[in-house]
Amino acid sequence: MTRTPEDRAAFSVLDRPNSYIGKTVPRPNLDRLMQGRGLYVSDIELPRMAHVVFLRSPHAHAKITGIDAAAAKRMPGIIAVVTGQEIAAVITPWVGVLSHLKGLKSAPQSAIAVDRVCWQGEAVAAIIATSRAAAEDAAEHISVAYEELDAVTDMQTALDPTTSVIHPALGDNLAFERNHDAGTVDAVLAASDEVVEAEFIFGRHTGVTLEPRSVVADWNAAEARLTIYQGTQAPHMVQNIAALHLGLQESQVRVVCKDVGGSFGIKVHIYADEMATYALSKLLRRPVKFVADRVESFNTDIHARDHRCKGKIGVKCDGTITAFEIDDLTGIGPYSMYPRTSAIEANQVVNLVGGPYVTKNYRARARVVFQNKNVMCQYRAVGHPIACSVTEGLVDLAAMKIGMDPVEIRRRNLIADDAYPCASPSGLRFEQLSHHAALAKLIKMMDYDALRAEQAMLRARNIHCGIGIASFIEVTNPSAAFYGVGGAKISSQDGVAVRLDAQGAVVCQTSITEQGQGSESLTAQIVGSVLGVSMDRVRVILGDTDNTPYGGGTWASRGAGIGGEAALQATKELRKNILDVAAAILQSSPGDLDIVSNSVVNVSDGAPRIELSELARIVYFRPDTLPPGIQAELMATRHFVPREYPFAFTNGVQASWLEVDTDTGFVKLLKHWVVEDCGTIINPQLVDEQIRGGVVQGLGAALFEKCIYDERGQLTNANLADYLVPMSGEMPDIDVGHVVSPTLESELGAKGAGEAGTAGAAAAVTNAVNDALRPFGTIITEIPLTPQIILTALGRI
Amino acid sequence: MKASAFAYARATSVVNALELLAVYGDKAKVLSGGQSLMPAMNLRLISPEFIVDIGELAELRGIVVKGDVLTVRALTRHVDVLRSPEIATHAPLLKDATSHVAHPAIRNRGTLGGSLAHADPASELPACMVALGATVIVCGPRGERRIPAQEFFTGIYETALSPQELLVAVELPVARKDSTHFFHEFARRHGDYAIVGLAAQSTIVGGQFTDLRLGFFAVGDRPLLAGAAGKLVNVAVTPEVLAKASAILGEELDPQGDQQATPAMRRHLAKVLLQRCVSRLLCRPDLQSGEPAR
Repeated sequence: MTRTPEDRAAFSVLDRPNSYIGKTVPRPNLDRLMQGRGLYVSDIELPRMAHVVFLRSPHAHAKITGIDAAAAKRMPGIIAVVTGQEIAAVITPWVGVLSHLKGLKSAPQSAIAVDRVCWQGEAVAAIIATSRAAAEDAAEHISVAYEELDAVTDMQTALDPTTSVIHPALGDNLAFERNHDAGTVDAVLAASDEVVEAEFIFGRHTGVTLEPRSVVADWNAAEARLTIYQGTQAPHMVQNIAALHLGLQESQVRVVCKDVGGSFGIKVHIYADEMATYALSKLLRRPVKFVADRVESFNTDIHARDHRCKGKIGVKCDGTITAFEIDDLTGIGPYSMYPRTSAIEANQVVNLVGGPYVTKNYRARARVVFQNKNVMCQYRAVGHPIACSVTEGLVDLAAMKIGMDPVEIRRRNLIADDAYPCASPSGLRFEQLSHHAALAKLIKMMDYDALRAEQAMLRARNIHCGIGIASFIEVTNPSAAFYGVGGAKISSQDGVAVRLDAQGAVVCQTSITEQGQGSESLTAQIVGSVLGVSMDRVRVILGDTDNTPYGGGTWASRGAGIGGEAALQATKELRKNILDVAAAILQSSPGDLDIVSNSVVNVSDGAPRIELSELARIVYFRPDTLPPGIQAELMATRHFVPREYPFAFTNGVQASWLEVDTDTGFVKLLKHWVVEDCGTIINPQLVDEQIRGGVVQGLGAALFEKCIYDERGQLTNANLADYLVPMSGEMPDIDVGHVVSPTLESELGAKGAGEAGTAGAAAAVTNAVNDALRPFGTIITEIPLTPQIILTALGRI
Repeated sequence: MKASAFAYARATSVVNALELLAVYGDKAKVLSGGQSLMPAMNLRLISPEFIVDIGELAELRGIVVKGDVLTVRALTRHVDVLRSPEIATHAPLLKDATSHVAHPAIRNRGTLGGSLAHADPASELPACMVALGATVIVCGPRGERRIPAQEFFTGIYETALSPQELLVAVELPVARKDSTHFFHEFARRHGDYAIVGLAAQSTIVGGQFTDLRLGFFAVGDRPLLAGAAGKLVNVAVTPEVLAKASAILGEELDPQGDQQATPAMRRHLAKVLLQRCVSRLLCRPDLQSGEPAR
């Protein structure tokens, strides 16, 4: 059932007096961050701490024939210069494959390159010094002899027999291929009134985090224990992998994740230089700090997208979409990333194309090839922007071909809101989506008909504006189906422990993490609401493998839906325990009591009976006064993982209104709308911020962001002057609306909202640009939509 | 991203700065606002041995009008140019252009003299100097030199300044009462270096240009005072006249290609700018094919 946000009657646990659920409340961590009292990894200073700088390969592909570091080692402040061969003594290599991605192959990757570099930016030596500046000085005095090898850079020729194979042991440059065929594609295409084809090109880009990747690794030889301070999304995953490759037990590794300056999927992977930093600490028996600078961030933070996808759609004159067919190709760099692999994005493209629509006829091929470029992996909305741009681009082309309005063709083909549960053509199961309700709300918010009239009026004045619509689905709340079933030690469950302390305040430990998106806030809101205490009494502890339950962390839009449910269940248990004790103290029965505003009250008349602080005093200091046989448990722990559905799909629709200056090729974004359905909304402002931030990253992909490589595999714009991140000056107002279809898999009903904005923004913009350019008879299916591309398409240059 | 080690001196006077430059010559770099120098040093694109910091020299600050001459001293920060009533009155083109220089944080530190001495061909202010007919005043061991702006800029990051000299001020003719100006640049994002830009100053009498100076930037290795302007002065500008000027402009330009634009695109955009400039200055929408209304 789809409901409006106001209607929360079904959720008694959440709909309590003074509930914080569904309310915009300030984040508890805001004052700390605004007053500059955050603690980021680069703020951490430990006694005897050294700094590591990595000397990185200038070549995309080369043999290392010699490293001479003698001069560098003599320079002031230098503690050590460590090569790949030397560090291999303390850390083993890894291979980024998962068993459920059949056929996926990759080669062993080392913390520091041993005898060969495979991309420009791969580390060839570590310089450890008393300061970063001293290490950078010494780096200039290390001479590395290289013998250049052929670089595989063009994904389109990577599989040609004449192209050299990057890892000869693998036989070819094909990392992964997936084929899918459902329904009767050939037959229905043959019977269609129109078949439209296009090739969609997506620039390689990256997620630019304000805080770069940073690690302080501290090996305490006396304790035989490694403490890793790292801005990561998945502390337990880092713990597992660091232990595995350093030859330690997990209990010998503690991962502490304090404040993080943005992640977006960039910080959910295992990077070679971070592994090297852990190993260096063990090798040198002292704390070592690595903070990536901006240039090395561009050269080593995972890149994403970089797809070429041929698409085909069949349509009948009445607008019925008969089939989708795609052939996707992507290049992932020289190694499949560890441990989540670099096949997931292409796999997601196959999963998601055609997802919002009724047709069951769908054929797809995806191929993932190796290249001598930086590694590629999961970045916010993995695969979604590709799948959405291809699907929605094809739908618009079909509509154009049969002369139908883009909204109307969607109305006729989106899965009906009462058709659930059902499955997508790729076999994904949907519990409850709301495409039509969302589209109807979007049309109203943007006043579609009035905008069309304005467009026509402006066109008469030679001003070319366009409207673009993009429906989408989004994977959230992943179960073990994502990684666990493939053998990765990445937990899909999360745990929360809550306890009442001796003064009646609440301490909550959760395994989800805070990257700035508001995990701390939403956890406190749930705990406060379910327990009946004010939020200022709730302290949330996260990001510490020694001090939180075991869990997955932050990725795939899972924190609120999975960690939030664990918090709800743990708090329900604590509440029950408190009421049991209260009933014993008050000679009442638990069912007659409730907790409201930090006090135990009567259910019948709401009269306060005992303050939680008084109850806690009795439990902790005068348990002798409790009736015999009563043992209070003022701490409760619960875990949660979705079991019924592999993923809780969400849906939504975006629209873009923009102007194309056909003389200059410049696009001006005028307005953007999003309607999305993430189920129960815990904090409207946090959700809207997630949507808007996600949209902005999608708009970056649409218009600005691209890692530009030359044919020799050199990244030519690895700085913030040449790599264009979207900035506020170019961003339009973004209006966000909601439809609420809670998942029934949890009592909370929340699904994820972190990636919806990124999923559909570029598709909406591309469709709007093509809508604006309709009078010129040109179609552009390549992003970023630069002035150069638009002017070229218009034949102006 | 740490600069390599360097020696540093804070100059106590222009004379002192010149003494330091005389000793260290091309091994030294002058630190003014530091908005180009510091990033270049931190990226180790340059590693000067010696930094002469002129930031404290009050004698290099200030904007003065005397008769028909507006003097802007070298350490005047971009933010001060933007806020100056003298600039708004006597060199409004410079004010318009400065609002396109990067972002507020950079404009709070960056200086006019620094921008001119740096001579990035894609930056706004050198083109303004050329369009306004400015004189660049430099001091050196042999005293003062007065260099016309057009002779000052000699190539990419190259000027007529010798390593022993310091840029101390620019002099601009006070704008005539009947003069008008146009400034626009095409940049991917606000504050980015321009793909192509135009700073223009004109005098119009009876619907015709009696004077027109077109300072294009990011179209070559230095700002270009376009000779095409000559075709538009003292004539009734028709679409044909404009097309002819545009063709001449195309021949004058020698644009480089980069990640933002090919030479052909730069040439095209320069012509679009010319058309928009002339149309705007003459209040003649008919001279323009399709300007956005927003």
